[in-house]
Amino acid sequence: MTNHWIDIRNSDCIMIIGSNAAENHPISFRWVTKAMENGATLISVDPRFTRTSSKADIYAPLRSGTDIAFTGGIINHCLSNKLYNEEYVLNYTNAAHLVNPQYGFKDGLFTGFDPKKMTYDKSTWQYQMDDKGFPKRDPTLKDPNCALNLMKAHYSRYTPDMVAKVTGCPKEKFLEVANAYCATGARDKVGTIMYAMGTTQHTHGTQNVRSYAVLQLLLGNIGLAGGGINALRGESNVQGSTDHCLLFHIIPGYLGTPQADHVDLKTYLDKRTPKSNDPNSVNYWKNLPKFMVSLLKAFYGDGAAKNNDFGYSYLPKIEGNYSHIALFEKMYEGGIKGLFILGQNPAVGGPNSRMEKKAMENLDWLVAADLWETETANFWQGPEVTDPKKVKTEVFLLPAAGSVEKEGSITNSGRWAQWRYKAVNPPGDAMDDLYILNGVFTRLRALYKKEGGKFAEPILNCAWNYGEHPDPHAVAKEINGYDHGTGKLLVNFTKLADDGTTSSGNWLYSGSYTEDGNMMARRGKEDPTGIGLYPNWTWCWPVNRRIIYNRASCDTKGNPWSPKRAVIKWNGSEWVGDVPDYGKTVPPEKGVGAFIMKPEGFARLFGMGLADGPFPEHYEPLESPVNNLLSKQEKNPVIVVWGCAMDCVGDAKDYPIVATTYRLTEHWQAGAMTRSLPWLVELMPDMFVEMSPSLAKAKGIKHGDIVKVISARGEIQAYALVTKRFKPFNLNGKMVEEIGMPWHYGYSGICCGSTANDLTPNVGDANTMIPEFKAFLCDVQKA
Amino acid sequence: MDLTRRTFLKLTGGTLAAATVANLGFVKRRAYAQGPGELRIRAARETTSICPYCGVGCGHIVHASGGKVINIEGDPEHPVNEGSLCSKGSALFQVANNEKRLTKVMYRAPHSTKWETKTWDRALTKIAANMKKTRDETFVEKDASGRVVNRNEGTACLGGAALDNEECYLYSKFARTLGVVYLEHQARI
Repeated sequence: MTNHWIDIRNSDCIMIIGSNAAENHPISFRWVTKAMENGATLISVDPRFTRTSSKADIYAPLRSGTDIAFTGGIINHCLSNKLYNEEYVLNYTNAAHLVNPQYGFKDGLFTGFDPKKMTYDKSTWQYQMDDKGFPKRDPTLKDPNCALNLMKAHYSRYTPDMVAKVTGCPKEKFLEVANAYCATGARDKVGTIMYAMGTTQHTHGTQNVRSYAVLQLLLGNIGLAGGGINALRGESNVQGSTDHCLLFHIIPGYLGTPQADHVDLKTYLDKRTPKSNDPNSVNYWKNLPKFMVSLLKAFYGDGAAKNNDFGYSYLPKIEGNYSHIALFEKMYEGGIKGLFILGQNPAVGGPNSRMEKKAMENLDWLVAADLWETETANFWQGPEVTDPKKVKTEVFLLPAAGSVEKEGSITNSGRWAQWRYKAVNPPGDAMDDLYILNGVFTRLRALYKKEGGKFAEPILNCAWNYGEHPDPHAVAKEINGYDHGTGKLLVNFTKLADDGTTSSGNWLYSGSYTEDGNMMARRGKEDPTGIGLYPNWTWCWPVNRRIIYNRASCDTKGNPWSPKRAVIKWNGSEWVGDVPDYGKTVPPEKGVGAFIMKPEGFARLFGMGLADGPFPEHYEPLESPVNNLLSKQEKNPVIVVWGCAMDCVGDAKDYPIVATTYRLTEHWQAGAMTRSLPWLVELMPDMFVEMSPSLAKAKGIKHGDIVKVISARGEIQAYALVTKRFKPFNLNGKMVEEIGMPWHYGYSGICCGSTANDLTPNVGDANTMIPEFKAFLCDVQKA
Repeated sequence: MDLTRRTFLKLTGGTLAAATVANLGFVKRRAYAQGPGELRIRAARETTSICPYCGVGCGHIVHASGGKVINIEGDPEHPVNEGSLCSKGSALFQVANNEKRLTKVMYRAPHSTKWETKTWDRALTKIAANMKKTRDETFVEKDASGRVVNRNEGTACLGGAALDNEECYLYSKFARTLGVVYLEHQARI
């Protein structure tokens, strides 16, 4: 989230799209409700009439997988009716930046597409530069190659009629949403977008999010209280686990993982550190060398010195894709020998989960730490294994500690790192994950010391001295970082150096545990701004800034767009309010770029960074019931389909119904933490599939019948829940049904049921490889 | 107070309804407990915690006595939830007190049809030996073009979204130091 949970109450208009917040983030709805009590409008956009929709002022249905057609339509409405905040757009976004005249878009493809490699050459997606090396701008916005005009041309095809034909949302309903939301383009109005996995789990999921961000920039809603772009995180610390980069492509603090062609530290830093010639651009990532060297010092201590490139060679260098889907494809081929898991259940949560369970039979060993016996830990005796004796895998199931049985911090969606205390010991022999990691690492190091082995240096030189049982406070301090000259904890990341005199395990968390104590454990309830920032409650990254991009909450003169909910303001000598984006005493007249993480200092309406285009463009999901009406290009052209024997793709002839998956209040993710709790099981005991009365009638299904749901990947059974919450979509005259089902169930725990992910496709987003769980094809039959 | 069964049901029903409304978080009114005897949590040790389910980060108060969790409720001081919890957050007591929780290190030998129990030391020692064997057998020092890449390609690591930050950081350090490139977790799916 750019903002945070309490801040939702400050909004004038809340659009919840790709999320069912009332069901899945119930306490967030306290703040939605408070905003509505103050007169805010709530919009719910969802294929299904959800608990969130039932509270909304406007409900707009849309077919799964058509978000960009919908938001692209709102962008077009905003641009063609000039409903945007012009001062904001001109000064804080790259609307006036001139793009290379060679850039173009035709038949669903942007310039630079290579049909053989199925990738884009992005060399035309660039700014025109002047002789000083600054991007050229036309503040009159008349040049046809300025980003705003290119954007206008791009979205002119997204007319209300087109939106209705593609999404199935009635035109009048779409216009009601577009008018209500674009009303927040007024100077003193603000709207927020809340989204979740309904947005991201698509082959164009990243562009779905980008389309929301672009809309928010046009309306001048980023940086303001009650605004921003707010991802509702589904797990208690998925924000923190992402910040610490348990992902192949990034290392702690969102530093890119070194690639094979980054042959030494200098090459890595030269290629990765963005440059800007503009003295008015903060270009915050210019500090990358300080973050990287301090990270290497935290990892390797005295083993990281100038004469060995600070241990840079110890880090593995990637080439290609190692994401979840790639990992299981490699395992299916037999290329992965051992799998080490701390609290994850891919046998239920992974795409095409039958294939993932089958792949695990190729493992020599599996380690799974969890609170319960999961489907992943006991895959060798799952219902599809005919003879466990034929499964070679050696399995270790380690009993882990729960949230009240250990001490440490977790980070919520609003970036608040909050400390929790240990109330009791874990049951029996159960232990926390720090103990498990330490127990394995110290034994491995002893083995390498004794026997030698492949490239033992990083293991032998690792700064890993945590004793028998690591102290979470010691690890938290290591993350915060030290000044090795004084031996003191760093105040924050502004003190980091690139010469090896400082260490920090994650620059973003520098400031979380200082000489003044554990900032994450603070419980101060002061609210000096009155807008619910609570600066003394726990701690939030970066540098306790509660709303990021807050410079953009004020106009060019430093006056808040909306004075009654000022985040910061210029008082003549300094910025007051929240922790400002840049220099507390840098005056607004200096014109420093508001978006400090971009080298040019401007937020990008036209973006160069993504794999699939500078503007979000609608493509159909991998499996779709209709052809793309917006262009000849049916699917996102740069997605990768691996295609092992179990990766089948279905066709609308055989599977005419759109299917989606979702979560329930009473269960959580792959079910390990809820399907063994009697109270929750009693509330939500069985797997079901929701379908419209018209579909049920056509198929001869009654409410409560057991039905089969079939996709190209597999078949499951579930109870039919016949409900008007789903209605068929009118897609350019063709009526298409959609069904939906929860994905929490499996064969372990005290309530069992079919796993919805046995049906989902093994294909990922073009940028992130997040699987397309939210839009695929199936058929339904009475069992 | 002379209670008939009927008035008792009425009373408890009313209390239940009030409790349900309060849990939804829309009513901010102090509740006064009226009951015979002392409160169960009177002598309990009280600690604060944060809910382990979704990413809202609601505050919990945990009461423990005799080494057992005897009560978990929403933290009224926490600015996000102000005491309220959803059905999952309210059910956390049953995570702390649950007969199905794993309490032993479980081990399944290759081709075996059953679990057996092991000590931590036996299990961790064998896991380390397995990880070393896989790393040494599948390690790629140089790629096809001769560039140093130092990848442990035969080992994969998953999980983390339910761990603490300190655990996540150490997991990242652990995996990277072993050369693991197949390092992924719930944020990817």
